[in-house]
Amino acid sequence: MVTLKCPVCGNDVNVPDDALPGEIIEHDCGAQLEVYSDNGRLALRLAEQIGEDWGE
Amino acid sequence: MILGVTYDLIRWEERNLIEEARKLGHTIIPIYTKDFFTLIGNEINKIDADVIIQRNTSHSRALLTSIIFENMNYKVINDYLTLIKCENKLLTLSILSKHNIKTPRTFIAFSREKALELADKVGYPVVIKPIEGSWGRMVAKAIDRDSLNNFLEYQEYTTSQFRYAYFIQEFVKKPNRDIRIFVIGDEAPVGIYRVNERNWKTNTALGARAEPLKISEELRDLALKVKDVLGGFFLGIDIFEDPERGYIVNEVNGVPEYKNTVRVNNFNVSQYLINKISEWIRK
Repeated sequence: MVTLKCPVCGNDVNVPDDALPGEIIEHDCGAQLEVYSDNGRLALRLAEQIGEDWGE
Repeated sequence: MILGVTYDLIRWEERNLIEEARKLGHTIIPIYTKDFFTLIGNEINKIDADVIIQRNTSHSRALLTSIIFENMNYKVINDYLTLIKCENKLLTLSILSKHNIKTPRTFIAFSREKALELADKVGYPVVIKPIEGSWGRMVAKAIDRDSLNNFLEYQEYTTSQFRYAYFIQEFVKKPNRDIRIFVIGDEAPVGIYRVNERNWKTNTALGARAEPLKISEELRDLALKVKDVLGGFFLGIDIFEDPERGYIVNEVNGVPEYKNTVRVNNFNVSQYLINKISEWIRK
């Protein structure tokens, strides 16, 4: 596990080591977070909202 | 085989594809679209993949990345022309109709007045839907002229580039379900009924229940004919059962979701897809 900070509430978020960029993590504070790669290191940002062109 | 998977969100399907490819001994390269960039005509960001599977949730990202990868000479499933044909419902239905595949009676008008006039002729209820859209969003049943007029007005205030194109369909008197059948390569191996007793919209994204489908020869032939005329390698075809006309193709999905299909059929779609791709590239 990697411990990262929630960009919304600032508390810790545990992310699996093998998480892939694009994975969505629901944090206890209610924020939906997206894993991304920040220069090769896992990082978190607020997830993109469902877009008008999303879907199958 | 080395498989690239281009994606912008890890849904159940993307995770499962990656896991199944690894189990089968293939190398998998996840390509997160938001980290990807390219310089047109240049070989930067070259990916060492035999095939790239298109799994972007956003239609615009799916279309653009298929265009990019095909022009970098990768085989992409699905290719961008297929994605365009599936995404634009007017184009989908036009192509299918031209090839004598039954579709819902659909009218297109370019003014609200003409749309209302056409709906009066079709008879209510009618269905209006965006020419491009997914998951049943903004698909509405207008029960009379007044409600249709209101829906059309709402459409005009959206940001859709097609907001002044009015796409009106008959309300097909299907049972409380529709059919989703998958074409994978040259086969139509699996499908589901999508059942909803409480909502006429049968998208699983809107709460419809998946049930296993036994694929008849007629359904299989229809699905493969749709694939022949639209192209593509991996399609999710939505079919209505009309009490008088039989099977009617409503929509075709170019980046289909299949979590519920796997669950209720105990059929490994990812593995089947990967094996079919492997056969295809060996030919």
